[in-house]
Amino acid sequence: MFHAFLIKYGEIGIKGKNRYLFEDALVAQIRHALKQVEGEFRVTKEQGRIYAEARGDYDYDEAVEALRRVFGIVGICPVVILEDQGFDSLAKSVVSYLKERYGEDCGKTFKVHAKRARKTYPMASMEMNAELGGRILDAFPQMKVDVHEPELMLHIEVREKIYLYSDVIPGLGGMPIGTNGKSMLLLSGGIDSPVAGYMVAKRGVKIDAVYFHAPPYTSERAKQKVVDLAEKVSRFTGPIYLYVVNFTDIQLYIYEKCPHDELTIIMRRYMMRIAERIAEKTGCLGLITGESIGQVASQTVPSLAATNEVCTMPVFRPLIAFDKEDIVTIAKQIDTYETSIQPFEDCCTIFVAKHPVTKPNIHVIKRSELKLAEKIDEMVDKAIETAELIVAG
Amino acid sequence: MEIYLDNSATTRCYESAAKLMYELMTEHYGNTSSMHQRGVEAERYRREAAKRIARSMKVEEKEICFTSGGTESDNLALLGCARANRRAGKHLITTSFEHAAILNTMKELEEEGFRVTYLPVDERGIVRLSDLEEALCDDTILVSVMYVNNEIGSVQPIQEIGELLKKQNHKILFHVDAVQAYGKFRIYPKKLGIDLMSVSSHKIHGPKGVGFLYVDSGVKIQPILFGGGQQRDLRSGTENVPGVAAMAEAVKEIYTGFEEKTERLYSLREYFIQEIKQIEGTVVNGPQGREGAPHIVSVSFAGVRSEVLLHALEDKGIYVSAGSACSSNHPAPSRTLQAIGVKKELLESTLRFSFCEFTTKEELDYTLAALRELLPVLRRFTRR
Repeated sequence: MFHAFLIKYGEIGIKGKNRYLFEDALVAQIRHALKQVEGEFRVTKEQGRIYAEARGDYDYDEAVEALRRVFGIVGICPVVILEDQGFDSLAKSVVSYLKERYGEDCGKTFKVHAKRARKTYPMASMEMNAELGGRILDAFPQMKVDVHEPELMLHIEVREKIYLYSDVIPGLGGMPIGTNGKSMLLLSGGIDSPVAGYMVAKRGVKIDAVYFHAPPYTSERAKQKVVDLAEKVSRFTGPIYLYVVNFTDIQLYIYEKCPHDELTIIMRRYMMRIAERIAEKTGCLGLITGESIGQVASQTVPSLAATNEVCTMPVFRPLIAFDKEDIVTIAKQIDTYETSIQPFEDCCTIFVAKHPVTKPNIHVIKRSELKLAEKIDEMVDKAIETAELIVAG
Repeated sequence: MEIYLDNSATTRCYESAAKLMYELMTEHYGNTSSMHQRGVEAERYRREAAKRIARSMKVEEKEICFTSGGTESDNLALLGCARANRRAGKHLITTSFEHAAILNTMKELEEEGFRVTYLPVDERGIVRLSDLEEALCDDTILVSVMYVNNEIGSVQPIQEIGELLKKQNHKILFHVDAVQAYGKFRIYPKKLGIDLMSVSSHKIHGPKGVGFLYVDSGVKIQPILFGGGQQRDLRSGTENVPGVAAMAEAVKEIYTGFEEKTERLYSLREYFIQEIKQIEGTVVNGPQGREGAPHIVSVSFAGVRSEVLLHALEDKGIYVSAGSACSSNHPAPSRTLQAIGVKKELLESTLRFSFCEFTTKEELDYTLAALRELLPVLRRFTRR
């Protein structure tokens, strides 16, 4: 029934002179999303709107699904495109469209909103509104006009051809990927970090990711789980470059040298350091974590402060004030939850002390880290050099 | 170097079986139900397979029902018999440490209104006859007991159970899950009083996705799959002739030179147990002598988590399993190990080594050396 989609976008519209950059990014993201869909599409930007027009047959449901995963889209309007064969023919088409879309006995209140991009069309917009409204009332005795709050807004756009649409399928909102630089996500196998990545990406940030792998303490399956999660997130963000860092030696070294109740904090400080170094190399401008205040011992405010202290890059923590349930809700929406709850240990849990510090003193921690001085720099360098790159999505 | 010591999870397919399967898939690919030459030829392969398998157990060819494997065989035996005999009674008996294919099917039958008694096992991992005798009721219609436990290799008193059941005043069907036993023991159902027996092909170096259920000709059973009425209406679905023929080939192979192979396996196992006990902080669970199965050794390693040790061994090319492979979809402390009284702190420190006829002493020595090297290192780094 529908031949094209009119894409509505929100925040982009207000970005002043940079607007075209945002629109171009959105067009690129839409093209990328539709590439996965059965069918061929032409995506064009014209006069402040974006159209995705199907060339021939395509899978409608798949196309809508794909568009609903593109950040920056506020609404998706499925459009019927008609050849201009005179007003009478248009009116008939409008009636049969409404019948097909809403049923013969449709009783909605409505408004017709005609607009002419092609000003040579023989009727004025107001005239079209009135005339089409009359024809609709004739065909649907139960429909009523309501110009203030119509249940059904019928848009008619006269261009080379005539575009007809009345539905708006809500999109994700946010901003198109690639309009806000790139950041490095610390991706574990848990519920939080994929959600954090998703949320920051939604603001237009391209995502790279780093995962800390500790064989034989963590299994190949734990790593596969993280790759699977990155793939799930990439359905929204486009391909994710995932750096898998072998963290075993560093972890064991910390374990041998430092007090056990400080293990997790020191370990996380090294994770941040390594993530930041890789981020610098790949052109990221920030780090992203799934931390949330008070969730575990390493995420109390003093612990977060101690972890944060090693980085100079900004660390984005979109979940910082979220309750677990709210995080789970989003994880379910983006379909990462089922994967996240698979029971494989990650390197944060294997050596965790029975009673880790919850109020680390930064000076104490720094003093403990001095005990690592002999080998740690070399180990960090090696971990970064030997990181494995996996492209997810 | 690759050392595969997870043969209770699955085995490498015999080359002869794989070759035969390929041949049947690409050359003799007929449907046994077709009337033309290709169909007749396929039917011949199927019958040959059924005959060979039947002969290995001294039963009739028509008493073999081919299935998709152990799980389906267990399902068919329990659901098929319980439903077909529900007028005779609604009580079923099994043990608490059966494979999930039995336990979850029993749960399903409970939903359908059957009562199920789950017998405990003693500290050796063996069902007590007295418990069974006590559980028997006038309306007991079916008893299902596994032959060899998949986690610790304990062997159940099948013959005694068979005899006990035959002594009862009314007919009680006896099903045996022999997935870990067939190919390791010579099993003659008619002598043991077994009415139904489940076997899986991939545990005896045959292909995956195929198995069979032995059904004594006197057993009342109804199908659980409906369709074209193949296999005398008991199991509809186009017969997997390549799989079935390859399984029969594996049966032939595994029972060739059987006595020597078994003897060899037992002495390898004894050697392995003796050596592993020398390593500090190890406990061998379950039977250690010839009263157990020849191919399974369960060992607990104090102070090391099984998953970690498993991956450390994997790093050296040694493949073993933690607990039993089938339960890794739902990790939880093993009920079998709990049942035989393994200490709580050892439950998650237990590995299963399972051998096959290709296992060599050199491989075991390499494994033992790896354990001696890894354990002290891994024990240094544990949760404190």
